[in-house]
Amino acid sequence: MRRTSGAGHSTVSDPPTHARAVVIGCGIVGNSVAYHLCRLGWRDVVLLDKGPLPNPGGSTGHASNFIYLVDHSKEMTALTVDSVDQYREMGVFTQSGGIEVARTKERMQELTRRMSSAASWGIEPVSLISPAEVKELVPFIDESIIRGGFYTPGVGVVDSLRAGTIMRERAQASGALQVIANTEVIAIDVEHGRVRCVRTTAGEIAAETVVISCGVWSPRVARMAGAHIPLTPAVHQMIDVGPVPRFAGAKGDIEVPIVRDMDTNMYERQAGGDLEIGSYAHRPILYDPEDIPPIERAALSPTEFPFTQPDFEVQMQHALELMPEIVGDEKVGVKYAINGILSLTPDGMPVLGESPDVRGLWSAAAVWVKEGPGTGKALAEWMVHGESEIDLHSSDIARFHEHQKTRAHVRARAAEGFNKTYGIVHPSEQWASNRNVRLAPFHERERLLEAMFFEAAGWERPMWYESNSRLLEEFGDRITRRTSEWESRWWSPIINAEHLAMRERAGLFDLSAFTIFDIIGPGALESVQKVTLRQMEVPVGRNVYTPVLSPNGGFKSDLTVMRLGDDHFRVVTGGAAGMSDKKWFADHLAADGTAQLFDLTSAMTTVGLWGPRAREILASTTGDDVTNDGFKFGSCRTIDVGTVRVLASRISYVGDLGWELYVPIEQGMRLWDMLWEAGRPFGLAACGIGVYGTTGRLEKCYRAHGNELETEYNVVEAGMQAPRVKSEDFVGKEAHLRHRDEEPAAVLCTLTVDDHTSKSGEKRYMLGREPILTRDGKPVADRRGRHSYVTSAGAGPSVGKHILMAYLPPEQAVLGERLAVQYMGERYPVTVAVVGSTPLFDPENARVRS
Amino acid sequence: MRVLVCVKRVPFTGGKMVLAADSMALETKHLGFTISPHEECGVEEAVRLIEANGGESVVLTLGPAEAVEQLRDAMALGIDRAIHLRTDGSEWDPDATAAVIVDAIRTDESATGLFDLIVFGSESADSGGYQVGLRVAHALGRPAVTGLKGVKPEGGSVRCEQEVEGGRDVYVVPMPAVVTVKEGLNLPRYPSVPGRMRAGRKPVATSAPARPAARLELVRLVVPPGQGRRAEVLGSGAAAAPAVVDMLRKIGVV
Repeated sequence: MRRTSGAGHSTVSDPPTHARAVVIGCGIVGNSVAYHLCRLGWRDVVLLDKGPLPNPGGSTGHASNFIYLVDHSKEMTALTVDSVDQYREMGVFTQSGGIEVARTKERMQELTRRMSSAASWGIEPVSLISPAEVKELVPFIDESIIRGGFYTPGVGVVDSLRAGTIMRERAQASGALQVIANTEVIAIDVEHGRVRCVRTTAGEIAAETVVISCGVWSPRVARMAGAHIPLTPAVHQMIDVGPVPRFAGAKGDIEVPIVRDMDTNMYERQAGGDLEIGSYAHRPILYDPEDIPPIERAALSPTEFPFTQPDFEVQMQHALELMPEIVGDEKVGVKYAINGILSLTPDGMPVLGESPDVRGLWSAAAVWVKEGPGTGKALAEWMVHGESEIDLHSSDIARFHEHQKTRAHVRARAAEGFNKTYGIVHPSEQWASNRNVRLAPFHERERLLEAMFFEAAGWERPMWYESNSRLLEEFGDRITRRTSEWESRWWSPIINAEHLAMRERAGLFDLSAFTIFDIIGPGALESVQKVTLRQMEVPVGRNVYTPVLSPNGGFKSDLTVMRLGDDHFRVVTGGAAGMSDKKWFADHLAADGTAQLFDLTSAMTTVGLWGPRAREILASTTGDDVTNDGFKFGSCRTIDVGTVRVLASRISYVGDLGWELYVPIEQGMRLWDMLWEAGRPFGLAACGIGVYGTTGRLEKCYRAHGNELETEYNVVEAGMQAPRVKSEDFVGKEAHLRHRDEEPAAVLCTLTVDDHTSKSGEKRYMLGREPILTRDGKPVADRRGRHSYVTSAGAGPSVGKHILMAYLPPEQAVLGERLAVQYMGERYPVTVAVVGSTPLFDPENARVRS
Repeated sequence: MRVLVCVKRVPFTGGKMVLAADSMALETKHLGFTISPHEECGVEEAVRLIEANGGESVVLTLGPAEAVEQLRDAMALGIDRAIHLRTDGSEWDPDATAAVIVDAIRTDESATGLFDLIVFGSESADSGGYQVGLRVAHALGRPAVTGLKGVKPEGGSVRCEQEVEGGRDVYVVPMPAVVTVKEGLNLPRYPSVPGRMRAGRKPVATSAPARPAARLELVRLVVPPGQGRRAEVLGSGAAAAPAVVDMLRKIGVV
C-alpha cells in the first residue's frame, strides 16, 4: 500500500484497513473537517470522495463563492466570520465589498435591522448608503429604482476548491491524512448502534468515527447506516453573461462590490470579464438525492442540472431593471446557465453533529461555502473536545423531532423557506406548511377559545386566545398597545391582558410541547448527576430546576428534573431543545447499562395552572392537600383530580403560585375541562405561551435557553451560581469551578426602556437581538470581545415597562446605568434595572412561595 | 431575403450514455436538450443573413411539445418566428420527417412567399441520417448542396463552400435552394438577455401533422464500446512519476 504524499493527487491510493475517522466527501466541508481534525491532533484520518479531485462534482464546484458577513442568526454569522478568517489565512479570499440594495420601504426598514444585527454580532464596518453612493461603488447600476443599500466592505469572494486543496495538502503534509478520490462508499456497517466500518469500491475501512460531508448526497449516505440527515437537494439558478465591455480590462475575478437585489431574491456579481446573476426567486425545485446522476452520466457535473429557462423569465426582467447597461447590452450573451443543486433543510440551518440514530456517525451537511471552513473547524472541535467554541445548538442534527425527519416535512419546509432566502422574515414568523402535526388533547377546546396557534416542535401551541379580547377592556390603560405594523405582527395586546388576568386571578396554560423523559434504574441517580449542575440527590418528591453544562462550563441547556423514586427521575425540557437534550442524557447514561431512558413526550401532557387563585381552583378539584404546608414549593407528587391521577409539580416559570400538572395524554382533555369548570368562579383565563415564554418570564428575569443561555456564556455570567457546588462529578464541573474563581467578563442584566418615542413620534418596541450601546452610540463589548445585545425582549405588564435582557461588561453592569438600544436605525434610552437574577417583579419571590 | 432553418431537439450528452430499458431510446432522465452544433451554425447563419440583407428568418422543428424550448433558443439569437410540428415524442424516420416538413414549407410559403434558403444541419446529433435536407430539396425540386462551411448569397444565387482535403469545393446554385451546413461555418453567438426576453414574445405556429407510415424501422440501439471513458489526472510534474509507473504496471505494459 502506498501512502499519499503531499502532492494532493491520490487517485491510485488504496484505502487503509483501519482509520481513526473516515470523512466522506471532498467538498469544502469535508476538506475542512478533515483538516481541522488533523490540526487538533487526530491521526489516521481518511478523506474519501467518489469523484475526482480537486472538483469531485458536488455543490462546492459550482458555488458562486461569495460571502456576505451579516446574518440575523448569531450562530450563522459567527461561522461565516470564522470562515472568512480561514479563507484569508489561506490566501484565497478576495475582498470586494457587497451591497444589499432595497427597492422598497419595507426593505429599507429591514436593512436597518441588518445594521442592528451587524452591531449585535460585532461586524464592522457596515453602513447604510444612498442610491447615489451605491452608484459610485457600482457604476452600472440603475440607482433610480433603489432606495438605498446596506454596504459591507468586508464582503468578498473565495476560491473554495483551492481552499479545499490547501486544507487537504496541509493535513497530508502532517502525515495525519490519507486522501482517496474516485472511490465510492457502498455501505456503512453499524453494530450495536455504533458505526464500525465503511465499505468502499476500493475496500473496507474499519472506523469508529465517520463523518458524512456529502452535501446533497448526505441523506443517501446516512441511510446506509440507518440514519437520517434531513435535507433536500434543491435548485439555485445561475447564469453567466459576458463579455462585459466594462470588465474588459479586469485583472482579477472581482473588482466591483457584489450586489444583492434583496427584493427580487437575486444577486449580481462580477466574475472576471463576465457578470454572474443568481436567483432564489424561482419556484422551489426540489429533488431527491437519488435524482442526482452518477458522475459518469452527468453532462456537466452531477450537481449542475440543465437550466430551465421558463423559471428564469421574471429574473431576467429584474436583472435588466437593475443593471441595464450590462444586462441590456445586445452584445453581452448568456454564456452559461445552470440549475445548480444545493442543500436545503426544513429550518434553514445546517445539520451538524453526531447522529442520534448511530453513535460515531457525524453529519456535516447542508453547509454552504460561506460558512464551510468555520463549520469544519467547529465540528472538529466538537468531535475532539466534545464542544465547539461557537454554540451550534441551532444546527445540531439531534434537534429534529421524528416528524421533522420525514421526506414530506423536509420538502414542505424547504420549499417554503427557499423563497425566504433573501426574505424579510419576522422573528416570530410562523411556518405555513405542514402544520397541525402534533395536537394537544385539549386542542379542540383551545380552538373554540379562538387560540392563535404558534408552532413549537411540531405542536400547535396557543400564543394567545382571541376570545380573551374582552380582557382588554377590563385592564384598559395597563395594556400597552402597539401602532407599528412590524411589532404588531405575530403579536397581540391580548397577551398582556392574559398576563394581568393571571397575575390577578389565575391562568391555565397548555404546556404540551414539553419534552419529557424518564431516567430509570439503579444507575439513574449517577446518570442525572453527571449532566446537571444542581444536586440531584434530593428526597423523592422534589423538583429541581438545573442548568445543564457543556464541557467548558457554558449552557448546554436548562431544564427541570423531578425525583419520582430512588431510581426514577423525570426530566422535563422545552420542545425546541428536547431532542438534543434527550441525546445528551442518553449519551451520559451510566456506562454499565444500569439506567435506561424512556421518552414520555407523547405519553404525557402538561397543563400549567398559576396565579394567586390557583390553589383555590386546584383545591376545589381534589381532596388532596394542596396547602402551602401540605404541598411546598419545589415539591412534586401525585394527586387525584376527580378520576384523573395527576402528577403535580409545584414550580413556576411565570413567577406565580401554581403547579405543572402531568397526566396521561388521553386524559388531558378531562383534566382541562375539570380545571376550566373549577376556575370559572375564580376568573380563570386561558393563557397563551406569550405569557409563559415572554411576559411572565421576563418580569421574573428567568433565563431561556437559546436566548440568555448558550455555551458562550457561563453560569456566573448568567448570575445563576449556587452558594455551593455539589461534590459529585458532572460535565463542565472543572470549568464551572474555574468560572467561580474568576471575575466574570459579563453579567446578565435586566434593562427597561425609558422612552419608546421614535423620531416620527411613534412608539416602538424592541423584539430582541438588538445591540446595546452607550447613550452616545458607542458599542458595548466585554473583555472577551462579545458585544452586548438584547437576548430577550418583551412587555412587562405588571411592572409597566418594556423589558430587555443583556449581558453587559462589569463596568456597565451597574444598577441605574444609562445605556441605549439601537432599533430600526434609531437609539432608545434604556436603564439597567437589575444586575444578576433578582426578579423585577416580586423580587422576594413571595408569590411562588405563597 | 427569407431564410428557413430546420433544427431537431436532441439530448445534450456530455457523459456516459445509458439506454432506456427497451434499448429503443436514450435514457434522458438526467439530460438536458439542445440542437446539434451543425444546426447552431445554421441558426447563426440565418440570423446573420437577415441582419446583412434584411428580410425574415424562420426556425422549424418537428418534435415533442418541449421542443418549443429549442425554438425559443433560436429566436433568442434573432430568428423572427417559429413553426412547431408537434409529435408525441416518438422518433420519426427521415422520410416521414421530410414529408411533413415539405408540407409545412409549402403551407408557409403559400402565405408568405418562397424561402430563398432552407438551411439544415449536415446531420442530426442523435440519429445522424444525413437525409432530411436532401429529401426536402428533392420534394421541393430545389438545388441542394451539403456539408457546407461557407454560404454566401450573391445576387440570385448562393455560393456554397465545402471543405475538402487541400482546399474547398465551391458550388454556385440559384436560389431558392437548400443547404446543409457543418459546425465551423461560423462561431454562433450567445443569446443576450434582451434577446431571450424577446424570444418569449415571438410567434410560434404549432400544428400536429399526421405521422406518415414509417419506412425505416428502429430495431434497437447499442452504445458503442469505449463510450464513457474518462481521463484521470495521476499527478503533475516529477511527483506524478510513481503514479504513472504504478498505472503502467497495473495495466501490464511494464
